[in-house]
Amino acid sequence: MAVKKSRRDFLGMAFGGFAAVGGVLTLGAMKQTWDPLPSVQAAGFVTVDLSPLQEGELRTITWRGKPIFLLKKTAEMKKNENRDVVVGNADYSVIIGLCTHLGCIPSWIPSTMQFKCACHGGEFDASGINTFGPPPRPMDIPPFKIDGMTLVLGEEGSEYKKLVAKA
Amino acid sequence: MAHIRKAEGVIDWLDQRLAVKKLAKVMMTEYWIPKDINFLWAMGVVLVVLLKILIISGIFLLMYYKPDVNLAFDSVNYTIMQEVEYGWLWRHLHGVAASCIFLIIYIHMFTGIYYGSYKQGREMIWLTGMALFGIFSAEAFSGYMLPWGQMSYWAAQVITNLFGGIPFIGSDLVVWIRGDFAVADATLTRFFMLHVLLLPLAIITLVAVHFYALRIPHVNNQEAEELDFEAEAKKFQEGKKRESKVVPFWPVFLSKDFFVVGVFMVLFFYLVFYHYDFAMDPINFEPANSMKTPAHIYPEWYFLWSYEVLRGFFFPVGPIAAMDIGLAAFGFANVIFMIFPFLDRDPKVAPAHRRPRFKIWFWLLLIDMIILTIFGKLPPLGINTYIGFVAAISFILLFVALPFITKKDALGGTK
Ligand code: FES
Repeated sequence: MAVKKSRRDFLGMAFGGFAAVGGVLTLGAMKQTWDPLPSVQAAGFVTVDLSPLQEGELRTITWRGKPIFLLKKTAEMKKNENRDVVVGNADYSVIIGLCTHLGCIPSWIPSTMQFKCACHGGEFDASGINTFGPPPRPMDIPPFKIDGMTLVLGEEGSEYKKLVAKA
Repeated sequence: MAHIRKAEGVIDWLDQRLAVKKLAKVMMTEYWIPKDINFLWAMGVVLVVLLKILIISGIFLLMYYKPDVNLAFDSVNYTIMQEVEYGWLWRHLHGVAASCIFLIIYIHMFTGIYYGSYKQGREMIWLTGMALFGIFSAEAFSGYMLPWGQMSYWAAQVITNLFGGIPFIGSDLVVWIRGDFAVADATLTRFFMLHVLLLPLAIITLVAVHFYALRIPHVNNQEAEELDFEAEAKKFQEGKKRESKVVPFWPVFLSKDFFVVGVFMVLFFYLVFYHYDFAMDPINFEPANSMKTPAHIYPEWYFLWSYEVLRGFFFPVGPIAAMDIGLAAFGFANVIFMIFPFLDRDPKVAPAHRRPRFKIWFWLLLIDMIILTIFGKLPPLGINTYIGFVAAISFILLFVALPFITKKDALGGTK
């Protein structure tokens, strides 16, 4: 009897073990099926020429489905060593234009030199730093690389790494 | 194997194979319901009718809907609304029923709270019910995304972003859920799958469990009287119908329910034909545009109270950001109803009008949730933000106080 019982236990455990391994692998497959596709992940290098930008005028482009704000700073706007992108001899704000609260797109108010988010009243200054309301942190800076007067979004250049280190 | 004899008729033929007579008894003619109930006890059947309407109208919409970012908007607003015969009817039925089902769910829920129908053996009814509420919320949210209008898109953007508040894995989780960096085609298609397959399956399964959970502890009644169902059923079967405190589910209880359903349906079809616009936000008739946020984003009315709890906390406390407080409060609001039976420390089942402190608590909660709902819709400006904040904090404090209040009621004795 004892022999029989332990053999049954063994069968049960072997069966359970195989089923468990299979289950875990299946869950892994399911998780990866939900992952973003490689084509989605790869589509993500955008080149912009900064030379036509006017001072104080906001330009919005799309990168990875997100709006990117490009703003050439005027003399009145506060310089921000930790966030400004210096190209040529001008300072630029290069920011992901999504409110860090819940992801609405703030709009640029030229008269007050502010970004205002209509969703829950968040406000940001010209460098993208949160100054009022629910947004918990400044708007993010996308990874970029400077190449003469052009900017490559999606690639981490040395200037980007410097900014990240300062932040 | 059962001995099969020549059948006397169709029913008998079926009975020999499926025991349909026994089944009908168990499910209908000998399922006993207390007499001492009111129209609020009919909400369950109203919900079943609404769910059927949703499934049927959904089937017809599914024949023309296209879950693709380039086609979705037109397949709804052009094909279904203008080309398909009666397409408008299915869409308006679907939208209005979705809105109404939440109204009835709330009534159903507050009836349960008022009469204490969530404790002393009825916990599983409450838990499955709240699970259903959760899945219905996901169902409503995923369905709202499908027409791919501006509100669809931005509600999806905001709601999926909420998961970013989860510590450590937050931002990766958001991308994973969306299947893209922003809400996009992959997001639409997977939420379409959830809306038409996985979530409805879960709902139907849970509804069955919800009904079954009612069977053992039986339906509660207006005075929370503990009935001996067997004895009362015997009286009824012996013909002492007047004396018995119970009636069979079919035909007696349901005939009353059908009346309530009838009245409700008049109102429902009035809305479908003349006032469907309350379930169709005008902003959603503009195609989704990821580069333009609508001026004011708000959810459908049934999510407004929890939305207001989320945004009520608009200032940081010490090192904790306003957003994290809001998110924590939102999480609280969404799970707290689930554990309701365990917050009530009064072991006795009694309607709120016999529990002095709980009665006040109940009405305060209802009023607070109505205030939250109203202010959730208003833009967060000036005085609104403060009223929203007070209402949000009151909501939390009410639930913190619940165990103490019910305990006191229990000690003080009920009337
Ligand atoms: S999303 Fe901008 S303030 Fe909430």
